Amino acid sequence: MTDKRIVLFAGHYGSGKTNIAVNYAIKLKNDGFPVLIADLDIVNPYFRTKDSEKELADKGIELICSEFANTNLDIPSLPPNMYRVVNDKSFRAVMDIGGDDAGAVALGRFAPFISEENNYEMIFVANFFRPLTRKAEDAYDVMKEIEAVSSLKFTAIVNNSNLGADTEAEDVISTFSEAEKLSALCGLPVLFTSCKKELYGEINIKGKKAFPLELQSKLF
Amino acid sequence: MSEKVLMKGNEAIAEAAILAGCRHYFGYPITPQTEIAAYMAKKMPKIGGCFLQAESEVAAINMVYGVAGTGKRVMTSSSSPGISLKAEGLSYLAGSDLPSLVVNVQRGGPGLGGIQPSQSDYFQATKGGGHGDFKMIVLAPSSVQEMADLTIKGFDLAEKYRMTAMILADGTMGQMMEPVTLEAPSVNEYDKSWAVTGTKCDRKKNIINSLSLVPEELEKLNFARYERYKAIEENEVMYEEYMMEDAEICIAAFGIAARVAKNAINAARKEGIKAGLIRPITLWPFPNEVFKKAADKVESFISVELSMGQMIEDIRLASECKKPVYLCNRVGGMIPSPEMVLESIKAHYKGGTK
Repeated sequence: MTDKRIVLFAGHYGSGKTNIAVNYAIKLKNDGFPVLIADLDIVNPYFRTKDSEKELADKGIELICSEFANTNLDIPSLPPNMYRVVNDKSFRAVMDIGGDDAGAVALGRFAPFISEENNYEMIFVANFFRPLTRKAEDAYDVMKEIEAVSSLKFTAIVNNSNLGADTEAEDVISTFSEAEKLSALCGLPVLFTSCKKELYGEINIKGKKAFPLELQSKLF
Repeated sequence: MSEKVLMKGNEAIAEAAILAGCRHYFGYPITPQTEIAAYMAKKMPKIGGCFLQAESEVAAINMVYGVAGTGKRVMTSSSSPGISLKAEGLSYLAGSDLPSLVVNVQRGGPGLGGIQPSQSDYFQATKGGGHGDFKMIVLAPSSVQEMADLTIKGFDLAEKYRMTAMILADGTMGQMMEPVTLEAPSVNEYDKSWAVTGTKCDRKKNIINSLSLVPEELEKLNFARYERYKAIEENEVMYEEYMMEDAEICIAAFGIAARVAKNAINAARKEGIKAGLIRPITLWPFPNEVFKKAADKVESFISVELSMGQMIEDIRLASECKKPVYLCNRVGGMIPSPEMVLESIKAHYKGGTK
């Protein structure tokens, strides 16, 4: 966890950014902060923050996302009130950034404000079970690509390595060395390892901080 | 790569194609299948393959035609409106007896429709897909693992019978993530003496062409092609049966609908309703025999589809209308919920007594 006002989650697409962002926002809310979650994904029309709209609303977390999210309109746009994330400093803000450099383009226009306030944590979400980021070196390339288009530098890493609902503790543990290698490559700390909540006890060990995730329910 | 990884369905198709030896991909982006092209764009240059984003779907399918003529493994992918644009090329591929793999990650239609999942291209895929008498082998995956496995299978069948194999998935199958294990398959070698590879002046030249102006000869080609189709109907049918041993009501569903149906069947069984599932894996050739046999055992069928009822016609034909076939469907990008399917089962089980 971090005390910074804005927390941004970016990374390779399909790494679990949305799941972490939603869980992280709920954690902040439970800790007593006023929370706002912003879905900046302009790339992926399926599986996004908007899927958790009701759950977030029930918890009193404000969601800002494209008015076209989860509709049949494939329009890469963001609403004007997205600027509240940077303008309204009474909120803790969680920003869910679209996948890869293509998805992080949308962040560029908010980057000057975020840099100026200088009270943010930009987190690279890594899943070393994703085929194009199996190795720390490949994940590092994605990091550099995202930084180049977003005009912001990462400040930390989250290891979200998983194989979906079937993930075992050994699977997660087997990626610790790759996460450390990535940490050494980019000189940034591993903030925590996120895992489905059932594995929390086995992952939260010997200096490895874990963050338990409530996974979105499966209908099929 | 024989270890477990977490993949999107679209990525699994792309990686499986590469493992199957495909080094030529031509496509044009369209949601919800764009990850296939994106994956190919990243990977193909690294392994000496060719990724080319064509100027249109029509161009892409004709590039497929070109490579297919040389006997190399080649594929294209698109989503519903894009497949309509490829229809001319699909017919030409059939007319020239060329093997190719074509992926359709369906979205809601007709027209430009929407970008959410659908199964409403069933007729288009199974009844030809273009002008003229022809068939495509149509494979319907129901998990990310199957997206990969059927892609590998599709390349093999396409070469074996010199025709197009189509992966008929939907937006959810393309976008959802599941663990997959991928292994390079052993590739069967088929006769490719027909391929255009350069005569080196020591053989008669091969000609790839779908134009045949002599009616007697064009008729002969058509008859010969349908002899080959008959062999496919006899040898290549694939399906899965789930809890059919004692089933009194049979759900028929493929792809994402079959996953929903399984959840509904599990719930129905808990309430003492003997429901089962037949899941066609090959939509053409359709598993006629298993439906025909089931018609003698069950009281009725329910076809669960993300369409206005397309596969339902094949079920009626296969079961020879011996038992009623009902429809449970959502369209336009919507997916039936397990609860909705369970309601449909209850509404029709034993005349609706439950």
